[in-house]
Amino acid sequence: MSLLLPSIINGLTTGAIYALVALGLTLIYGVLHIINFAHGSLLMLALYAAFFAKTLLGLDPYAALPVLLLGFFALGYALQRWVIDWASHGRDQNILLVTLGLALVIDNLALFFWTSTTRTIDVPYAFEVVDLGVALVPLPRAIAFVGALVLAALLWALVGWTDLGKAIRAVAREKEGARLVGIRVEHIYAMSFGIGTACVAAAACLLLPTFYVTPQVGYAFVLVAFTTVVLGGMGSFLGALVGGLLLGVVEALCGLFLGESLGQIGIFALFILVLLLRPTGLFGARLA
Amino acid sequence: MRHWVFGAALVAALGVVPLVTSSEFWLTFFLMALLFALLGQSWNVLGGYGGQFSFGHALFFGLGAYATGILQVRHGVPAWPAAIAAIAIAAAVGAALGALVFRYRLRGSYFALVTLAFAEVARILVASFDYTGSGFGILIALAPGAGNFQFADRRVFYWLAWALVCLGCLVALWLERSRFGARLIAIRENEAAAQALGIDPLRTKTLALALSGAIAGVAGVLYMQIFLFADSHIAFGPTMSVEALLAPIIGGLGTAFGPLLGAILLHALGELARHATGGAPGLNLVLYGVLLIVMLRFLPDGITGLARRRARG
Repeated sequence: MSLLLPSIINGLTTGAIYALVALGLTLIYGVLHIINFAHGSLLMLALYAAFFAKTLLGLDPYAALPVLLLGFFALGYALQRWVIDWASHGRDQNILLVTLGLALVIDNLALFFWTSTTRTIDVPYAFEVVDLGVALVPLPRAIAFVGALVLAALLWALVGWTDLGKAIRAVAREKEGARLVGIRVEHIYAMSFGIGTACVAAAACLLLPTFYVTPQVGYAFVLVAFTTVVLGGMGSFLGALVGGLLLGVVEALCGLFLGESLGQIGIFALFILVLLLRPTGLFGARLA
Repeated sequence: MRHWVFGAALVAALGVVPLVTSSEFWLTFFLMALLFALLGQSWNVLGGYGGQFSFGHALFFGLGAYATGILQVRHGVPAWPAAIAAIAIAAAVGAALGALVFRYRLRGSYFALVTLAFAEVARILVASFDYTGSGFGILIALAPGAGNFQFADRRVFYWLAWALVCLGCLVALWLERSRFGARLIAIRENEAAAQALGIDPLRTKTLALALSGAIAGVAGVLYMQIFLFADSHIAFGPTMSVEALLAPIIGGLGTAFGPLLGAILLHALGELARHATGGAPGLNLVLYGVLLIVMLRFLPDGITGLARRRARG
């Protein structure tokens, strides 16, 4: 019992990051109806960006967050507009393959330039803790948890309450209809991809103070993000949030009872079960 | 018709490679290309003809490699029966997986994800138990001899791989001409319409996955017997799944000779990258990724598609 509660709280803080990564993925899925296989690679890239911002420019990851948010939004916009859309001829299966190709290119370029060395940063607050009464939570993890929730709320407000959000929902529901009423569908696709990519930049900045970066790190996250998105229901924001938190807890508990290497099995088992039994997820609603 | 002749010429040319050169480098190069052509053909049966894009074909490759290795090392089963059993296991798992995921109507992105998840589960499981070699992998003792399915002369393996690739091409050609293949292609084009015509999609796709699993299993067995070693990352890792789908997509999806053409091209490119950079890791995969994207832009039907367009025009 004494281990259980801290384990759950630890899982929740990890889960908040999963949720943030999954929010970006679910937005892209909701609008483009396609799984973005490059999502994890973009997260890895963002982690490196935050790492180099700290080591080369001395910029704290939290301070770098707004810059990376904008930078990765631009990167995502450009990738969708000038690479994915350009190469896929708008065919669903091709989009899937183009994002896979992007993942190959990004992952292996990172391996080539930065080698497979595990890198971490030193921050002065790394070992400060927040006392919750039942458990001690490292400060960076508490910040990540709150930050992820705030960003999720902002994203939800953006899609729910702005003109851009309305256009995104219109394209998600019926792209030809959206085109007919004068929405530039290609632009909205790229905006969605850009916002989804900005989510990984935010996740990276919140993650780096307590985590590490290697060229392979994205792969582990992308599988968890897929699971989260499927679990929550593809295209559902609330689902991604709840799914992410749930998965963080499942992983922490499986790790506690089964050991590190088998801990991941819990995630995949859940993933396969949800895919088979309830592919619409827990909150299986369209983005609209 | 012309691309059929071209394909047959390509296969014939590959058959005489060991007679033309005795260079170990070229023999190994083409042997590896043939091995991945076989794996690509396996993916092509399901993805090219059936339209079901698997992102976890390493599962079947790994099963073939691991089952043949474990049966020999742990249970003392002779190599040839072990190989046959391994292929049967890969086919059976393919059938079981198909019966499961197609029953629940998973397709498109969902099918890609679930196959990826199964391959990952297999990779983690295999790396977790001593019986499956845990982190060390499976090592078969070196004992050259035809009875042990080990040949000191690399050319024997080469011709064996070549014959199996021929067989794979024949399977694909059979798909293009048989009722079963017609049903499979009908499902790829429009599953609802195919079903309305009385085709059973569950049965057809499951059989295709079993067939595909068996072929990937053959590639896995062959890999194991050639290298006498595999670990969880090589055999079940995502790189193998990606290799499986690249060759047919580059060469031409749903064509009999596309996977072979794609595999040769990819391995030539990979080898060039290795030489140009002095063996830097990962650069061949960067090239594969770029090639994949550029191909989808300019030649969405693969190289064979280009040849067909020329032939028609």
